[in-house]
Amino acid sequence: MKTTFFAVALALFTIQPASAQNQDLGEAVGQAGPVEDIPIEGSGTAETDGPLRGTVTDESQLDDLQLAIPAFAAERDVATAANARGTAALGAELARVVTADLQNNGLFDPTGPDALPKPSYPQITDPVWNMWSMRGAEMLVQGYVRPRPDGKLVVGCYLYDVALNDELARSGWVVPPSDWRRAAHKCADLVYSRLTGESPFFDSRIAYIAETGPKDNRTKRLAIMDSDGANHRFITTGRATALTPRYSPDYRKLMYLSYVDGNPRIYVYDIGTGQQTLVTQSSNPTFAPRRSPDGRWVLYSMAVNGNTDIYRVSAEGGQSVRLTDAPGIDIGGSYSPDGSKIVFESDRSGEQQIYMMNADGSNQRRISFFGGRAATPEWSPRGDQIAFTYIPGDFNIAVMSANGGGFRKLTDGWQDEAPTWAPNGRVLQFFRTERNTGRTAIYQVDLTGDNLRRLPTPVDASDPAWGPILP
Amino acid sequence: MNSRIKIAIILAATASLAACKSNAPEELPPEPGVSQPTNPGDNSGPGYGVGSQEHFVNAVNGQNVIYFDTDRYNIDTADAAALQMQAQYLAQYPNISVTIEGHADERGTREYNLALGERRANSAKNYLVSLGIAANRIRTVSYGEERPVATASTPEAWAKNRRAVTVVINY
Repeated sequence: MKTTFFAVALALFTIQPASAQNQDLGEAVGQAGPVEDIPIEGSGTAETDGPLRGTVTDESQLDDLQLAIPAFAAERDVATAANARGTAALGAELARVVTADLQNNGLFDPTGPDALPKPSYPQITDPVWNMWSMRGAEMLVQGYVRPRPDGKLVVGCYLYDVALNDELARSGWVVPPSDWRRAAHKCADLVYSRLTGESPFFDSRIAYIAETGPKDNRTKRLAIMDSDGANHRFITTGRATALTPRYSPDYRKLMYLSYVDGNPRIYVYDIGTGQQTLVTQSSNPTFAPRRSPDGRWVLYSMAVNGNTDIYRVSAEGGQSVRLTDAPGIDIGGSYSPDGSKIVFESDRSGEQQIYMMNADGSNQRRISFFGGRAATPEWSPRGDQIAFTYIPGDFNIAVMSANGGGFRKLTDGWQDEAPTWAPNGRVLQFFRTERNTGRTAIYQVDLTGDNLRRLPTPVDASDPAWGPILP
Repeated sequence: MNSRIKIAIILAATASLAACKSNAPEELPPEPGVSQPTNPGDNSGPGYGVGSQEHFVNAVNGQNVIYFDTDRYNIDTADAAALQMQAQYLAQYPNISVTIEGHADERGTREYNLALGERRANSAKNYLVSLGIAANRIRTVSYGEERPVATASTPEAWAKNRRAVTVVINY
C-alpha cells in the first residue's frame, strides 16, 4: 500500500506526454516560395546609381515630393486567387499597399489610386506625361499585373520622373497569388531605395508577442505579421506564456521562450512543419534567443544555480560553448553584421550596462557610460549603430555608435523597451507599456527620432523582432 | 499507508496549526480512528491537510513569500526568519517538495527580469539548503515580471511584486 502510494506520486510528478512541448502550437502556417525577379519591358534608361532626392537624415525634400501612385493596370481583367473581383481590382489594391508603405513610413506624402485617374495597360510603359505634370505630380509610380498560365502573377513596377519625362527605375516579380502583397512591398522598396539611396525594408516580416487579458493574468501568444501588419498569424494558442521571439535569417525558424512545460525555455519552432525543439537539452532555464547574421550560430542565455551566462551553439545543434563567466546576469547578445563581435547586457557592475566582446567571448569590456542603466542592445544590420533600452529613470529607446560614443535618445515614453532594427538599419521598432494598465503596443521610429507611430495590431503587442528582407 | 496513521497525521497537524494561529495552549490530538465532528472554524477539510498549500501557508504564518529590493536578490533578516520557518516545516514533513517562484517588478526589461527572478528563487533555495533541506526537494522557476500580484504602477506595488514565493508541489 505504502509502496503503491509513492509510486503513484512519483509517476504524477515525472510523467509528461512526449509531445508536451508542442501542446501550445496552432496549425502550421506554412512557407510560401521565394519571389522570382524577372526582367520587364520599359523605355527609359533606368539608371540605378545614387539617391535621387535627399536621404533619410535630410527628409524635408522627400516630404514635399509630389508622388502619384495610380492603380496598377491589368493586362486583362481575369479571375485570380489573389482577389475575388479579378486582376483589375487587384491592380488598385497593389497601388494602395505601395501608397500605404510609403505614407506610413513618414518620409513621403504620396497620392494613392483612389484619387487618381487609372492608366491603361499600354500607358504603364508609356506614361501620359503632360497629364501627370498638369496634376502637379513630380514622381509617378506605375505598375501592372498579369496572370501567367501557371496561375502565378507577374507584377511590374516603374518609377518615373515626370519633369524629366524619364524612367528612373523598374523591376518585375513573379509571385504566387497568395503572396501578391510582397510584389507591392517590393515596388515600395524600389521607390524608397531609388529616392532615398537607402536599402529596402518593406518586404520583411515581424515576429512579436500578442497580449490579451488583465495585467495580472495576461495571455501572451507568439504571432507573426508582414512589416505593414498584414498577413497576421498566431503561432501559439496562448495556453502557455510565450515571450521574446527572433526570426532565423532565412525565415524558416522562430526561436522564442515558452513556459509550455512549466519552465521558461527557448524553443526553435519550424515554420514549415509547425513543430518545435528545445534550443539545448538542459533542465536549466534558458532565455534571450539570438541568431548570428549568417544564421550559423544561436546565442542563448542560461541560468545555472541562479547565475545567467551567454552560450553559443551551432544552429545545427551540438555542443554549447559558454561565452561569459562573470558572476551576475549576462544576457542577450547581438552580433555585429560581420559576426566578429557580440554586444550584450550584464549587471556585473551592479546594474544593467552594455558590454562588448569578441565572438569567442574574449576581450569583454563595458561600452555604456551614459548615467542610468542600459539594456537590450541590438546591433544595426548596417553595423554603424547599436540600439538599446536607456533607463535613467523612465525607459526609452536610444542609439550609440559601436564604440559607445554618439549617444542619442530617440523616444520619450514611460516604458519603451527592446528595440529591433528594420533590415536597412534606418527604422526601429520597440514596445511601449502603458503605466498602470500594463497595456502594450509596438511603435516605430526613424533613426533620427522622427516619424514615431504606433503599429496597428489586432490585440496588444510586445517584443517585436524584425526579420531581414525576405528571400 | 495505514489509513488510521494518515488520519492521525492530519489531525495532529491540524492541532499544531490551531496552536500556531491562536497561541492557545497545546491540546492533545483526539484519539486516532475515533470519528468526531469537525470543529467549526478549523481548516481540516479537504484541501487543507498536510501537503496542501493552505496547510503550509498557515503553518509558516503566511511567511511563504519573501521580498527583495530593486534589482537585489540578497536574503535580509526578515527573509531569513521566513525561510527558517519554511525550513522547519520542510524538516517536519520530509515528503513534501516545493517550487520557489522568483518574480520581478514591471520596472525592468523583460529578459533581465527573467534572469533576476531566477536569481531570487535560487537565493531562497540556497538559504533553505543551508538550513539542511535537500536541494532535490526544491525546484525553482522564474516568472520574471509576468505574474504581478499588485497591478498598480507605484513603488508600493513594485515592492510587493519583487518576491520569491514558496509553493508546495508534492506530498
